Amino acid sequence: MYLTKEEEAMLDGEAGEVKERLFRLLARLGDIYGAEKMIPVGSVQVAGVSYKSIGEPGTAFLEDMASKDAKAQVLTFLNPAGMDLEDYEELGFPKDFAKNQLRIINAFKQMGIVITSTCTPYLAGNLPRFREHIAWSESSAVSFSNSVIGARTNREGGPSALAASICGRTPEYGLHLWKNRQPTIKVHVDAELSYTSDYGALGYLVGKKVKNKIPFFTGIKEANTDHLKSLGAAMAASGAVALYHIENLTPESDLVDTDVAETITIEQKDIAETYETLSPGKKPDIVILGCPHASLREIATLAKKVKGKQLKKPVWICTSRMMKEAADRMGFSQTIKEAGGHVVADTCMVVSPIEQMGYKQTGVNSGKAANYMPGFCKQKVVFANIDKLITEVS
Amino acid sequence: MKGRMISPGTVEGTAIVSPEPIGFYGGIDLNTGIVIEKGHPLEGESVKEKILVFPNGKGSTVGSYVIYGLQKNGVGPLGIINQETETIVATGVILAGIPCVDQIDINQIKTGDNLTLNADDGEVKIKN
Repeated sequence: MYLTKEEEAMLDGEAGEVKERLFRLLARLGDIYGAEKMIPVGSVQVAGVSYKSIGEPGTAFLEDMASKDAKAQVLTFLNPAGMDLEDYEELGFPKDFAKNQLRIINAFKQMGIVITSTCTPYLAGNLPRFREHIAWSESSAVSFSNSVIGARTNREGGPSALAASICGRTPEYGLHLWKNRQPTIKVHVDAELSYTSDYGALGYLVGKKVKNKIPFFTGIKEANTDHLKSLGAAMAASGAVALYHIENLTPESDLVDTDVAETITIEQKDIAETYETLSPGKKPDIVILGCPHASLREIATLAKKVKGKQLKKPVWICTSRMMKEAADRMGFSQTIKEAGGHVVADTCMVVSPIEQMGYKQTGVNSGKAANYMPGFCKQKVVFANIDKLITEVS
Repeated sequence: MKGRMISPGTVEGTAIVSPEPIGFYGGIDLNTGIVIEKGHPLEGESVKEKILVFPNGKGSTVGSYVIYGLQKNGVGPLGIINQETETIVATGVILAGIPCVDQIDINQIKTGDNLTLNADDGEVKIKN
């Protein structure tokens, strides 16, 4: 691989022990995947932030990096943490967990990484442009930035994204190259999609079927960014889809080569079956929305739906701190609180230790959450649209 | 069988084969090495001290930390063999120092086979 003088200095250890270790990781990945050179990245998003996800070994790794003076070279945002970083006591997060979670946050802060714990950095102040090279790692954020924005990133592992931040580079391979962004399967959708959860169900199903292929969707007539975030998140969770195109809706859809041999069709009954497959639970103990993190529009929708109600079970909506600020200012958070719910920032149901908080059945409207919660949170999931979920707990 | 070296090292051990992709985050318990993904072909099985064989990684990008953590907690696999290793698994095995090769026809390998994995040469041998 061709390296600049500055990059050679990192590889040879002249730029310090941390850069040497992390640049070696990038160079190794570049060698494996046939990169010809390194490219500068415009921004980074680092996954592996919850203590529940990375445990003691990951925490020790980050503390070691921070203590050796690793510093972010470009705008770097964080994935959700395992708890709301401000209201964790009120929400009942376990004390030991909180202590360890704050160790991780402090290590990132020391490295100059912005403590915006969200899987939707593009809604919170880290917005790449079309064709910009970035190194993001949270799988739904990767999908959104590649597909909806048309920025270019591979699915970075937590540590390789951190390496890109500290070195300011990523190896040029995979989805950074135009030839690798072409669709490899066509997916025709012959179904009406209205709720965000419909897009989540579609995404779950397609991710299972196409695994790590690049789908080109036809038949999706309309979708806003909330729908697309739900679709992409579910496909990245049940499969490993890092990029998709939708005819007439996503920016590269007119530019890519759509001459693809394989086509699958998804019908209404397939969507209906997916709702059933994903709902082994009956009665939710808690409803958690906001996977990926809710937009302001989604928080406003929830506020409107629960206004004046007295909910029998807790309803959380997870979001970034930035969206929560706006929701507070608009009175949405207060409306939700008066109904017995919470706008929870910085964390989400998948990475928080909700199984330790006494919950056994969780209601979700996210295909991604429905995919992860049975294994990782030991929850029986009730997967449904927002109206059905609110009716369940009203 | 000849493949591509992802992470160096040589190990011998028993194969545990998954016909389905593995998502380490939410799929394997960090503290026990047991597969916890509901409905996964390996659900309930431990990957500890086995040579773990699967087509490719899937799911969350936090998987790299899970691979690193499994190794640090002493419950990780001895080695990994893939059809195709994607970045998440590659990052994890490089960081953890777990020998790994890909571009292997994993249909040739069955659970319980005794394997030699020489990742430096990208070589896998079935010794049965």
